[in-house]
Amino acid sequence: MLAGVAAIGLALTNGPLLVLSIVALVLVPVPFLGMALVSWTTTLVRKRADLERRLAARSGVPVARPYHPPPERAVPGGWRRFRWTVTDPATWRDLAWLVPGAVVAIVLGAIALAIPLYGLMGLTLTPLWIWLGTGWYGYGTVWSVDTSGEALLCLPQGAAILAVGLWVAPWLRRVDASFARLLLAPTRAAELRMRVTQLTVTRAGTVDAQAAELRRIERDLHDGIQARLVSLGMMIGLADEMIDRDPTAAHAMLNEARAASGTALVELRHLVRGIHPPVLAERGLEGAVRALALSLPVAVTVDADLPGRLDTPVESAAYFAVAETLTNVVRHSRAQHAWVSLRHGQGRLVLVVTDDGAGGADAAAGTGLRGIERRLAAFDGTMALSSPPGGPTVVTMELPCALSSPKTTHSFVTD
Amino acid sequence: MRVVIAEDHALLRDGLTRLLQAFDFDVVASVDNGPALLPALVTHRPEVAVIDVRLPPTFTDEGLQAAIAARTRIPGLPILVLSQHVEPLYARELLSTPQGGVGYLLKDRVSHVGEFVDAVRRVAAGGSAMDPEVIAQLLARREPLAVLTAREREVLGEMAEGRSNAAIATKLRITEKAVSKHINNIFTKLDMPPSDDDNRRVLAVLAYLDA
Repeated sequence: MLAGVAAIGLALTNGPLLVLSIVALVLVPVPFLGMALVSWTTTLVRKRADLERRLAARSGVPVARPYHPPPERAVPGGWRRFRWTVTDPATWRDLAWLVPGAVVAIVLGAIALAIPLYGLMGLTLTPLWIWLGTGWYGYGTVWSVDTSGEALLCLPQGAAILAVGLWVAPWLRRVDASFARLLLAPTRAAELRMRVTQLTVTRAGTVDAQAAELRRIERDLHDGIQARLVSLGMMIGLADEMIDRDPTAAHAMLNEARAASGTALVELRHLVRGIHPPVLAERGLEGAVRALALSLPVAVTVDADLPGRLDTPVESAAYFAVAETLTNVVRHSRAQHAWVSLRHGQGRLVLVVTDDGAGGADAAAGTGLRGIERRLAAFDGTMALSSPPGGPTVVTMELPCALSSPKTTHSFVTD
Repeated sequence: MRVVIAEDHALLRDGLTRLLQAFDFDVVASVDNGPALLPALVTHRPEVAVIDVRLPPTFTDEGLQAAIAARTRIPGLPILVLSQHVEPLYARELLSTPQGGVGYLLKDRVSHVGEFVDAVRRVAAGGSAMDPEVIAQLLARREPLAVLTAREREVLGEMAEGRSNAAIATKLRITEKAVSKHINNIFTKLDMPPSDDDNRRVLAVLAYLDA
């Protein structure tokens, strides 16, 4: 009902907006003023269209924004901005929508309002009639209500009409929203253009992240393991020199060399785990998450239903996303218990990490959650965070992907 | 003592063979892939098998799977599994085949020749050899261990790795009597059924840590 009233109210602004836009377009030849006016009215129209898109989304019809991204160094009133405005087909589609959109919204909104109001009338007028004792009017199937009995008949009718009215209202909102989508949603070309833009951004992010990762690995190998192997060679060489002259010292040197090789191995293992955990290669996502769960100080219950293996890159992204989320749980949530659910269906991998901690996590505050989002975005994956103060925190991650080979390894129950 | 080795890396396979032969082990077979392992174990029935987790053709956990399968075929076959990395998850799976000695060690441990050979012998004799890294990972996540003193935690770790009272006493430079006193305290504090059998003791401790 309220949404209906809002829709009608908003629709009433469409006419004046169209008039303003036409005036602005007519005044374009006027120096300075004309182009500025067009920019300004277009901004207003776009604000109005955005409101309509938001209303449509609330009634279950998502409508994406179709506009070109604004040009760089565009001054309001300037040529660049003007050209950007008028060359965008969405500008003209918005204008084309204003009047038909308003008509449809008002007609459907009026129907959506009228039916429940008539129902309410049946309910409220009955007692009035009985009290007044006179009938001069009719309701529903009873025309000219003359007796108390007839007045009582209005009650069930009113209730039924109210119920029908409330039941059809959301449906009418959806019809209205679907009409708005015809003109306010991006065209196929615009959709593709936005997809290209998004892919460009995520590709840049992925390439940056990969380059940074390679630099880190190079540094770790160079400063850590490589240096240790060099010193190991030196120690063995020294021991070789000393073995006849001073066997005791040679012995000590060899012991030291062995310790150095041990340290190098520990560092190497650490590095390998960060690149691609061996258990992930050996057991896939489910096994790796179970193994990870066993190594955390918080009790983690893993509930997995993955009938096959995922492609290696997706598997790796999914694993690190879950691992990073669990690290956040351990570091920040003060949780006693966490739950991980791994599911695949309808071409999507859905990962849910829940904890019973303090809540209040903010994706904007930490770099961890941002990093997860970037990692997933490379695969068109998404992350949603729900973390009210007091908890529980629920992180839901989704990745479109296919399951490849059927599972060959067994699984163990982990808690 | 008759040994079967499964290791795909030629250098390491030869090294292991030479090392074990130097300590009077009889290496009856050494295989370099997963599918050949089970037939070798069934044919030779060794007194102990030393197996790498990751083997061809899939380079995943073939060795571990073959080890578990072999222990189902030949109950009580002592197995020492070696790996470049250790996972408490794999330790749990190995221990889920309860009969016979079990070992699970990082490959790094081979460089401490004496201790490594001790571990092989211990496993062959039906005992356990768990890598300190596995135990450390398990100990790291158990809060209730705060009830133990530092010394008791040390003893618990050594016990979980599969050492006997005598070995723990030597390692920590205390008397065997002190060791058994610590162990009694541990079992009482953690509310576990006491046991003198080294292997059963390891299982109890690991089960506790892993719960």
